Amino acid sequence: MADDKRFDDALDELEQRPVAEGAETPGPEAGAAGEQPPSVLALRAEFGDAVHRHEVQGKGEHVVFIDASRARDILGWLRRTEGQEFEFLLDLTAVDYGGGRPLQVVYQLYSQRTGAMLRLKAELPLEELEIASVVPIWSGADWLEREVYDMYGITFRGHPDLRRILMPENYAEGHPLRKDFPLRGRFTRAEQTRRALAMAVEDFYIPSELDVVSRRGAPPEAS
Amino acid sequence: MSTRTVEYEISRAPELGIDGRPVRVPAFPPGVDPEMHGERMLINVGPQHPATHGVLRLVLELDGETVIRCIPHIGYLHSSFEKLGEYRTWNQIVPLTDRMDYLAPYIYNCAYVMAVENLMGIEVTERCKVFRVILMELDRIFSHLLWLGTTAIDIGAFTPFLYTFQERERIYTLHEEYTGARITTSATRVGGMMAEIPEGHLDNIRHFVDTFPKTLDEVETLLHNNQIWIARNQNVGAMGAEAAIDAGLTGPNLRASGVDYDVRKDRPYYDYETYDFEVPIGEHGDCYDRYMCRMEEMRQSLSILLQALDRIPDGPMNVDDPRVILPSKTAAMNDMESMIHHFKVVMEGVDAPVGESWTSVESSKGELGMYVVSDGGSKPVRWRVRGPSFVNLSALPAMVEGHLLSDVIAVNASLDIVLGEIDR
Repeated sequence: MADDKRFDDALDELEQRPVAEGAETPGPEAGAAGEQPPSVLALRAEFGDAVHRHEVQGKGEHVVFIDASRARDILGWLRRTEGQEFEFLLDLTAVDYGGGRPLQVVYQLYSQRTGAMLRLKAELPLEELEIASVVPIWSGADWLEREVYDMYGITFRGHPDLRRILMPENYAEGHPLRKDFPLRGRFTRAEQTRRALAMAVEDFYIPSELDVVSRRGAPPEAS
Repeated sequence: MSTRTVEYEISRAPELGIDGRPVRVPAFPPGVDPEMHGERMLINVGPQHPATHGVLRLVLELDGETVIRCIPHIGYLHSSFEKLGEYRTWNQIVPLTDRMDYLAPYIYNCAYVMAVENLMGIEVTERCKVFRVILMELDRIFSHLLWLGTTAIDIGAFTPFLYTFQERERIYTLHEEYTGARITTSATRVGGMMAEIPEGHLDNIRHFVDTFPKTLDEVETLLHNNQIWIARNQNVGAMGAEAAIDAGLTGPNLRASGVDYDVRKDRPYYDYETYDFEVPIGEHGDCYDRYMCRMEEMRQSLSILLQALDRIPDGPMNVDDPRVILPSKTAAMNDMESMIHHFKVVMEGVDAPVGESWTSVESSKGELGMYVVSDGGSKPVRWRVRGPSFVNLSALPAMVEGHLLSDVIAVNASLDIVLGEIDR
């Protein structure tokens, strides 16, 4: 893990492209106050400044930009509060527009009671990729957050088991879905093969699994 | 609510634990010190194991035969589809979508172009809508048949596998008749379909719809009241409604737990509200209810197919929008402007407006969300697939912990996962 960290830091210095002049996350103009759905108005009333702006995308999809530091409060409130009741967390992902612009963490919510769909976005600057985990609110967020961590390097504070999910745990090339990640990976094919062949049996297990074996006093069976 | 519930009766004798959850094996009988139990054992199932339906790897901590902890390891089939999508034009992504869920490729093709059409503000033609409904319902049956056959084989019934694969072969032939491919169909394009429906294709689909129920009934006779099937499925891997919503389950797995949520009913697309069909709801949330829900869903899909085949209108298949649709071959070969237009659409792709869309459909496995983000170019900034199997599988540990090792196979089979989409 320590090597991974150093590698990440070095990459940030080397490869992070500079912010383009006047670069802004593209998006249509904020919707007029009249078309705001009830949940957006209620959010504004409850959280004030933590609700940044509201957009309407596609065929009437409502997107609300929220303050990353208040994300868990806002999401918890949306799930619990009567009249909102967003009991389904349909999706949790992230978007990188590249060019040094902030990463967006995207939450797609649905309430079957009210029939409302709502997308929330929290922007994280590249220097501080950290946000509170929503696993305490929806346990289904567990793997979704792990995937975002794996693919974008965003840390979810308070996640019970934050480790890579699709890439191997000792993967050292960075976070594949970031825009500064080259399509073919950072290492040469030869280096990738060498690393794959150099993996030990223990590398395929996580520490808490190996604990079970060490209590028995026997090495894990190679499979 | 009651009109959407298909009622069925089967005798049950669930033994409930303290928390009201059906219990098969108590992990620790009351009054026994956990330390007094036998040694813990770690076993590794997969990634190459026929009952994991792909390359799923499960590490199980066992106490005797009881599962104490189940830790899934995924990613063995990771193909980085989402990253690849960022380097492809909107239409070039279509072939990536059917490689994710190769068990229901049409549904993935349709869901993806639906999201792009929402982003671009394109309304597809009536004929296209109805034809897509036909394709999606056909593939719902296609996928459920594979699930039925392989689940039966996992649990020890070999015969249904042969029956269902014979029927699947007929759907493969229908795929081939329309697209030329048996699995990787890539049937859709932004704004329409890859081709007009070939002559006689709809009649062949109708012939399948007419003759398939007989096989379905035969398979059901083999399983429905089968003692082994009931013993292996009832009260296994049960999950209550609240827990299922919390864990993010969707599709038949969620409905088996008694939650009446189906995207086709709750947020209808392609005029699903005008089709007459019912959504089967279970009540126990166990493997048997998931089986019942899927069996009934196949029958409902047949009913939707018949209605769609009756109502499919004549008229153009593709939208009349030169931004996204290629000119006809004759025009492209005969006049210069059409040829330049053809060249530009193929070589440069189609520009989408700045914006994004998160669109979902009810796939055979659950809610399939497609999230496309555009910065105004001919390639997406982000293409994200909310795979139903990915989220459904994450609930597996909660379902199997406390059960027997052999139940892990039954529960995993009942979730109907496809690793191509989980690992992407």
